[in-house]
Amino acid sequence: MDDEKQILFAGFGGQGVLSMGQFLAYAAMNDGKQVSWVPSYGAEMRGGTANCLVTISSEEIYSPLTEHPLMAVVLNQPSLDKFEALIKPHGWLVINSSMVDRDSERTDLTVLKIPVNELAEEMDNARGANMILLGAYLEKTGVVRAEDAVQHFEAVYKGKKEIIIQKNREAFLAGVEWAKKNW
Amino acid sequence: MNKVLMKGNEALAEGAILAGCWGFFGYPITPSSEIAEYMARKLPKIGGIFVQAESELAAINMVYGGASTGERVMTASSGPGLSLKQEGISFIAEAELPCLIVNVSRGGPGLGGIQPSQGDYFQATRGGGHGDYHTMVLAPASTQEMMDFAILGYDLADRYRIPVIIMAEGTLGNLMEPVIVRDEVTSFTEKPWAISGCQGRKPNIINTLHMTADVLEERNRHLFNKYKEIEMNEKRAETFMVEDADIVVVAFGLLARVIKRSVIDARKNGVKAGLIRPITLWPFPDEHIKAVTETCKVLLSMEISMGQMIQDIRLAAEGRVPVEFYGRIGFLPNPEELTRGIIDVAERKGL
Repeated sequence: MDDEKQILFAGFGGQGVLSMGQFLAYAAMNDGKQVSWVPSYGAEMRGGTANCLVTISSEEIYSPLTEHPLMAVVLNQPSLDKFEALIKPHGWLVINSSMVDRDSERTDLTVLKIPVNELAEEMDNARGANMILLGAYLEKTGVVRAEDAVQHFEAVYKGKKEIIIQKNREAFLAGVEWAKKNW
Repeated sequence: MNKVLMKGNEALAEGAILAGCWGFFGYPITPSSEIAEYMARKLPKIGGIFVQAESELAAINMVYGGASTGERVMTASSGPGLSLKQEGISFIAEAELPCLIVNVSRGGPGLGGIQPSQGDYFQATRGGGHGDYHTMVLAPASTQEMMDFAILGYDLADRYRIPVIIMAEGTLGNLMEPVIVRDEVTSFTEKPWAISGCQGRKPNIINTLHMTADVLEERNRHLFNKYKEIEMNEKRAETFMVEDADIVVVAFGLLARVIKRSVIDARKNGVKAGLIRPITLWPFPDEHIKAVTETCKVLLSMEISMGQMIQDIRLAAEGRVPVEFYGRIGFLPNPEELTRGIIDVAERKGL
């Protein structure tokens, strides 16, 4: 339980926050970790924020829930407004600065900003924004090693067209490179 | 061991298939619908039957018919859908037909909401429909148990000729975790009572109408002898850190698992807490409760309802220790809140 990490992914429905969390859960499972992934679902999804909470631990996970995640990855302004105050003291906050036009009010957090929508448009891969963010996030935090995580695209996207897998992997690797240069 | 990342609803559906489920009859409702979706994709490919019925009443009566033939069949729904199925469940219980009924629970009464709940505890554990009867009720706490209890549920259903209900909070249906996929079930209980074509033997009759008083009484006595046997053999509960606990929380389902974290955190705050998690809600594991009343000072029922299981806890405690209550409605509380709930009760009781 001591190394347990809980990571919240939040954004608008359609930004791919649930699949970011699933990808991380999958990668962590293949890294030999205990994992859980729990979505918020229901009326909240339609138009409001969608979010999911991933828990990663080397021991049995008792609670897949928490009031205070160690890390939050927010893809839009309402998610920052809603979850910023809840992050654990001295935790991490990763912000999609393309969709958020203010700084964090917390001074204790490690705050990382990345304009993923612009980066995705530059790559002509608008739907890959979430994977750019996930690549950058893993490169910087090492929650799962980015070079290990990138091995799982075929398995995670099993049954999808090769071009979709390819574009997601490219976006992920672009995020990894961006983090190396900018964070 | 090969682990697969699955949602609770999918794991349950896969578990049912591994146990030899041949027919799924249902009507979709949030948050149970992934079970029907999974069955719709898989069952027809392996020679099974999937029917999206015109209503919940039709679905449960298809289960009634399917179970009569001796095949393993099931349905899945949530609160309002389960209410509609109660007439059929009463018939199935009296006809002594094995089947699996899943309630991925949401809040009520009425249409209620689509967030997780445990408010159907009374409905599940007291029969739920008309007449004197019980169903067995299993309450899983993880995605793995969603799979395992589908397999266990069919085994119990066949052995005791009884409908088995699996109760899972909505959150558990959507919770994704690694699951060890179990082996296919290969040994099954014989069903000489089944309506399976009577060439070479006397016809079997499945009937729940008994117009003569003494026949009806005999039927009820027969059912309750069976229930007594189930109560003797099948009570299940998990205990967690109860040995030296002053305050023992009793909770079921995913909520109980979250409370393990709260028990540990309460202990870090100097409160000696423990947990009993009933796995069978009926038969209720009253001996487990009674046993801890020898050593603990207070029991605390935590539920996602206004307090239903607390009645069974009080009956089991037989007044030996006070039974307190903490309940929330419409969501699964976080461990931090539940820790505060435990500490508050401990402080009030001077522990």
